[in-house]
Amino acid sequence: MCLAIPGKIKSVEKKFDGMVRMAQVEFGGIVKEASLEMIPEAKIGDYVLVHVGVAISIVNEEEAKKTFRYLEEMGEVDELDIQSMLPDESEYKNNS
Amino acid sequence: MKFISEYRDPELARAYLDEIRRSVTREWSIMEVCGGQTHSLVKHGIINLLPEEINMIHGPGCPVCVTPLNLIDKAIYLAEEKGVILCSFGDMLRVPGSKKSLLEAKAEGADIRILYSPLEAVNIAEQNPDKEVVFFAVGFETTAPANALSVVHAKRRGIENYSILSSHVLVPPAIEAVMEDDESKVDGFLAAGHVCTIMGTLEYYPLVERFNVPIVVTGFEPVDILQGILMVIKQLESGKAEVENQYSRIVSEEGNPAAQDTIFEVFEVTDRLWRGMEVIPMSGYKIKEKYRNYDATIKFDVNIEEAEENQECIAGEIMKGIKKPFECPNFGAKCKPENPLGAPMVSSEGACAAYYHFSDLIAQ
Ligand code: SF4
Repeated sequence: MCLAIPGKIKSVEKKFDGMVRMAQVEFGGIVKEASLEMIPEAKIGDYVLVHVGVAISIVNEEEAKKTFRYLEEMGEVDELDIQSMLPDESEYKNNS
Repeated sequence: MKFISEYRDPELARAYLDEIRRSVTREWSIMEVCGGQTHSLVKHGIINLLPEEINMIHGPGCPVCVTPLNLIDKAIYLAEEKGVILCSFGDMLRVPGSKKSLLEAKAEGADIRILYSPLEAVNIAEQNPDKEVVFFAVGFETTAPANALSVVHAKRRGIENYSILSSHVLVPPAIEAVMEDDESKVDGFLAAGHVCTIMGTLEYYPLVERFNVPIVVTGFEPVDILQGILMVIKQLESGKAEVENQYSRIVSEEGNPAAQDTIFEVFEVTDRLWRGMEVIPMSGYKIKEKYRNYDATIKFDVNIEEAEENQECIAGEIMKGIKKPFECPNFGAKCKPENPLGAPMVSSEGACAAYYHFSDLIAQ
């Protein structure tokens, strides 16, 4: 859970009565919402490191792509897809 | 050489390994603080590729693993007895509390939801105005801005049925605790890259000076880790103790000021119990008075009894580097990821789970 995952900013909008800049960020096909409040200078097309829904730094494209490929190979991007983290029924039974 | 060909840059990995071999003249113990690095070290077989003189110690760097039993019990109590919608990260699900895990509580009908981000919990609170929503906010400095931000959002948006159960832990005080422990013999540290993305590197200078120990801020990919180890070894072999930054492509000296401001808007530093270790002074965050309405421990009466840790688990000795997971009598027998006795067997970033999943890659 401690990893930050790099993705590309697709669009930016002001939310909650214009109080907060939120972005749609694409991670190899999966699009997630992320807050840009920690990096106000980020804009559409930038690659950003996102940790639990908050972008924490801008990275260059090459670095972002290499890191993402690495994380994907390692199965570390699963947390983007919460369903994949939920145990299946059989596990519930084993545990209870 | 197993696995090296799979690295992002195998040539570079090989070069670092050769250089590490050439540089080492005696035994050194190096602790990686971050659980992500532990996972990477084990998964990629780096432990076996390193020369024998280098002993990697897997530190307390997994926030899931060090979250105290009592807090897990509290989270379950909130979901079961107080009827709250309890939200958390997926990694927390299986961590054993004193009686059960969140997963078991969920199977028994408690409303426990796994989220990708604490900001989503604020939306859930808005959509369920007649319910209380609590986010179980675990994490190191990397995660603190997001958890703090969820509180800031809730306040700004006038959402009052939201609060967090804070279990934040901080890296520098953990390094201090390890160095002050007479039993542990760490010669150098790899500090966690993503923690430093937020906090920068300045916090480590006083530690280096006080304990005369090299600290190298390091990324989590195999080549990063090998380079970080090499940097520590070079310092040790030449009698130096400095802060160095292997991960400068991501980490700056001052970190992310906006993220730090958000943390200190909501949190203040407090003493914190680390599961498997002890209370480490000034090693966690608690919610400031100003935001007390968003502190689940104040909002709800959760003063439930302190439960005993499982005495059979030697997690503390493992996190201090006194023993390896294989040396625990329960490892792989009574204690497995599906049925863990202690937290380091639960999270994929815990040392015991890493050794269990990749035991064929580690010489016993
Ligand atoms: S193997 Fe299990 S019981 Fe032993 S130290 Fe690890 S978590 Fe604790």
